[in-house]
Amino acid sequence: MLALAALLLNVARAAEEPADPLDSVQWPTMRRMFFPQAPLRFDERVRVSVPKAAEDPLRVPVTVRYDALTEVREVLVFIDFNPIPPVLRLRPHNLKPHLGFHVRVQQATPIRAAVRTADGLWHVGGAWVDAPGGGCTMPPNQSSRLADELIGQVRGRHWPLAEGGNRLKFQILHPNDTGLVAGVPPFFVESLKVEDAAGQMLAEMELFPPLSESPLLTLESAAAGPYKVSGRDSSGTRIEKVLP
Amino acid sequence: MSRGLLAWLLCAVALTALAADLDYRLQPRQIAPDTWLVEGTTEFFDSRNGGNIANVVFIVTAAGVVVIDTGPSRRYGVQLRQAIAAVTDQPILAVYLTHHHPDHALGNQAFQDVPIYALPGTAEALREQGGELSANLYRLVGDWMQGTEVVQPTATVSEGIQEIGGHRLQFIALAGHSAGDLAILDHSTGVLVSAMVFNRRAPATPYSDLGRWLASLQRLQALDFRLLVPAAGPAGERSLIEHNADYLRWLGESLEAQAEAGVDMAEALSAPIPERFSDFALLREEYQRSVGYLYPALEQSALEVRR
Repeated sequence: MLALAALLLNVARAAEEPADPLDSVQWPTMRRMFFPQAPLRFDERVRVSVPKAAEDPLRVPVTVRYDALTEVREVLVFIDFNPIPPVLRLRPHNLKPHLGFHVRVQQATPIRAAVRTADGLWHVGGAWVDAPGGGCTMPPNQSSRLADELIGQVRGRHWPLAEGGNRLKFQILHPNDTGLVAGVPPFFVESLKVEDAAGQMLAEMELFPPLSESPLLTLESAAAGPYKVSGRDSSGTRIEKVLP
Repeated sequence: MSRGLLAWLLCAVALTALAADLDYRLQPRQIAPDTWLVEGTTEFFDSRNGGNIANVVFIVTAAGVVVIDTGPSRRYGVQLRQAIAAVTDQPILAVYLTHHHPDHALGNQAFQDVPIYALPGTAEALREQGGELSANLYRLVGDWMQGTEVVQPTATVSEGIQEIGGHRLQFIALAGHSAGDLAILDHSTGVLVSAMVFNRRAPATPYSDLGRWLASLQRLQALDFRLLVPAAGPAGERSLIEHNADYLRWLGESLEAQAEAGVDMAEALSAPIPERFSDFALLREEYQRSVGYLYPALEQSALEVRR
């Protein structure tokens, strides 16, 4: 009887573990890597937009929106089939539910965003991006090496949103080397924070090298500019800039 | 018979059947006196079309056959020669490449007994990118590519008019769709061949220069011709050029306006496309590829604030 109860419990648990809507064989690994214990559901309210095919696998654009979720504490982006899966971890303080960036992908793969709400539940959304294809297809541009004196420079701009607040886009000039190319050690932008003019924290981010060279990030906030972007790269070099 | 041998035989039979099926079924169609079009599909590369997505033209002159482009693979090149031989006893005189893209130039291998003419920009691009282009095509279309190797042009073509076997051919050196785009106008028939123009298929813009492309289209507009053979899709009229120019202008302006307004690249992928371009196959797909290649630079330059 006890054995039966245990069995039923196990069945119930298995049933609780939702099936991956993107049907990726890497999902169980991602589940263990990023959410070993935490409760989780696949949630269409986390919308991940990517191109159908990665025309330039070194610069695949991604946007994440989670308008219908409230009390968001954390956003984690990862790529199932990348040798380095994590892309970024965001702690929003005063942000609207939009996040844009570019990533490198190794092959056809799901790109996912997991949004943790105050109740501790992770809401996972994602989309497949295919390997490049199409007529007159060209090899990816090999990225040019940035001049040393440019590394760490920030440029950015913001635009008013129709519903109030601003969209802030900024780019850190940086090779963002993964360390996966022979002879090139990892060297990438590791952490960033964004504050408003009054020093109020808007966002804290932990970044990983799957972000494209010279990471370009888009955030939205109800807070007014100017914004201060600061952080450091993996060699400890400070990054700091006030964006007017 | 041992099981191993049986399995081997079955495998060999299956492979033979597969190989027998890798037939492009090329059907040259006469479009003007002495002038034949071998029309490709208006699709992306895939394992069904074998990469046959570009137009090839040949002109049967009194001095021999002038072949314009060689298709996507060695196999295509070989089958093209058979298709030409079914139409005429004339030997092949020369090959001219419109540009270096793999669907137009990877059949060169079958034409190594004749001069292969190209613009300097085409030869350089094929030298630099040929290996990767063909590797990518292997991946996309598979078995059709078997044995295909990049064969470089052997001769340089420059602007001017040449009399070849009773045909007055004008060679026009353009650029913009690629680093070197050769257009050929046969003054004897009024047929203009240019792979800078697309018909019923959206223009492929990766690695292109929209400004130079538009300037090149203007030069084509000024030519006196009767029938235009595009890169892909059926031969058509002069209005094809303006339709392509309209699309390229819209594309450039739309992407620039979006970047200037702070639109994210992934958002730009789903921007509306005007109804007047709906005659282009692969419209959304090619538009998205254009975003992939053109948007990063526009997005970055929009960040350099002019204050």
